[in-house]
This record gives sequence, structure tokens and C-alpha cells, in this order.
Amino acid sequence: MVGELVPILVLLAVAVVIVAGIIGLTHLFGPKHPDPVKLSPYESGMEPVGEARTRFSIRFYIIAMLFVLFDIEVVFFYPWAVVFKKLLSMGSFILIEMLVFVGLLLVGYLYAWKKGALEWD
Amino acid sequence: MVTIFFFIFAVTALVSAVLMITYKNPVYSALFLILTFFSLAGMYFLLEAQFIAIVQIIVYAGAIMVLFLFVMMLLNLRQETRLPIGRPFQVALGSIFALILLIQLFFIVKVGLTVSKFGAFPPEKINKIGSVQVIGGELFTNYLFPFEAASILLLVGIIGAIILGRKKLPNEM
Repeated sequence: MVGELVPILVLLAVAVVIVAGIIGLTHLFGPKHPDPVKLSPYESGMEPVGEARTRFSIRFYIIAMLFVLFDIEVVFFYPWAVVFKKLLSMGSFILIEMLVFVGLLLVGYLYAWKKGALEWD
Repeated sequence: MVTIFFFIFAVTALVSAVLMITYKNPVYSALFLILTFFSLAGMYFLLEAQFIAIVQIIVYAGAIMVLFLFVMMLLNLRQETRLPIGRPFQVALGSIFALILLIQLFFIVKVGLTVSKFGAFPPEKINKIGSVQVIGGELFTNYLFPFEAASILLLVGIIGAIILGRKKLPNEM
């Protein structure tokens, strides 16, 4: 029921209030003496070099894409695990279908591994 | 109570979606897209689809947004370049597809209003069995083929990403 979601709502409200409170209060009471050096971007104490928006390596894309795909795979595991016991009493079909699913994705995983997509260099 | 939350989520979703397409900076657009995803997750909660709501947050607001941001950094969009408007073919094609989508939405809403409010699984039944149990029970029996097809789709995604991202770009970090 929607009524059961009230704890989530309370949690969200507390989170918003705490974050807004901390940021708002520091903004109100914090001393502000800006000068050009203070406002410059902090780069580990060094003089800032170049700009923030440099071109990222395509490897990040591969990592992110693989993460999304295996993330979705894990999402499918969850309802499977929940109904596993119930459907196992009707035969081992539930086990076989997940083995086929994982087997197909294992092919993808081995492909990624062999192609060196999991290595950084 | 539910109606109030529905309007809150609906207005947030629509406003953030509009802001997403109107903002010039793609990173701000991405942030508004996250807000849209969260409002949609709120809608799923209101529809008693808790599992879908959580998956929406984990997969869309989490994983897919990371992917979008990486692609943005990859393309390195500094300034939005405005294409000249005079593209009659694209505008016509876009209008036709938008119209088809509108008609489809209209029919879905009409069917939803007239035939039945809920399908085979009204909220009372889902609450008795459990949201995840219903999805699992249906997915691994009646909808087995789409489930296995999804694994092939994921496999194609893995291979496609690796093939596309194989080459080393010049002047990359």
C-alpha cells in the first residue's frame, strides 16, 4: 500500500532538510572574503593547467557500457531468486532457463575478457 | 494523498524533461534527466510497482546516467552548435513520428479508461503475493522467451560496445 511508503517519505524529507539546512546555514553564516586566488579552481595546490572539460578516453565508455549490461543482468537475478524455491518444486526448468541466460552472458564476458576490454592498457 | 503525490511527481517529471531539452549545457541536461527518472520512479511507487521503481533508480538514474555522462565527456561538447533550421525532410519525418506516438498514447489511455483500470494483477492481488514474486512468477513462466531474448540483447550490447570502443582516439587523455 501507499501508506507503507510513509517511512521512505520521512527518510527523503529528513535527507532534504539536513542537506538544505547545512548548505543554507553555511551560506548564511559563513564568512565571505572572495579574491581572485580564492575563487580559482583548486587543483591540488598547483597552478591550474588547461580546462576541466578535457576529452575522456573511450575506455571509460566501454567500462560504463559493460557496467550497465551486467547491472541489468543482476536485476534479472533478483526476481529469479525470489521465485526460485516455488518454481523448483515444479521441476528444474527454472534452473535451466537461468543457466541459459547466464551462459549467453558468459559468452559476452569471455569475449570482453579475451578482447582485453577489462584491462586498462 | 495519492493524487497529491501524483501531481507532484507529474509536474516534476514534465518540468525537468522540458528543462532537459532546453538547457544549452549537456551536463545540466543530464542532471535534469536524472530528476525526470526519479519522478518516474515515484510514479511507479504510486502504481504499487515497487520493484520497477527501484530498478528505475538503480539502472536508469544510476547506470545509464553514468554512461550518458561518459559519452558527453567523450564527445567533449563545449558549445552547442545550432544547425540551420531549414531541414524540411527531417522536420516532416519527426512530425509524422510524433503524431503516430501521440495517437498511440491516446489509444492506450482510452483503452485504459474504458476496458479496465487494472489488468490481470490489481494492486490487492500484487500486495497479497508480493511485487517481486509476481514479476518473477510471470517472467520465468509465461514470458520466458522475452527473458532469454534479453540475454541475447545484452550479449549484442557487450560485443557492440567493445567493437565500437576498440580503437584508440588521437589526443585522448
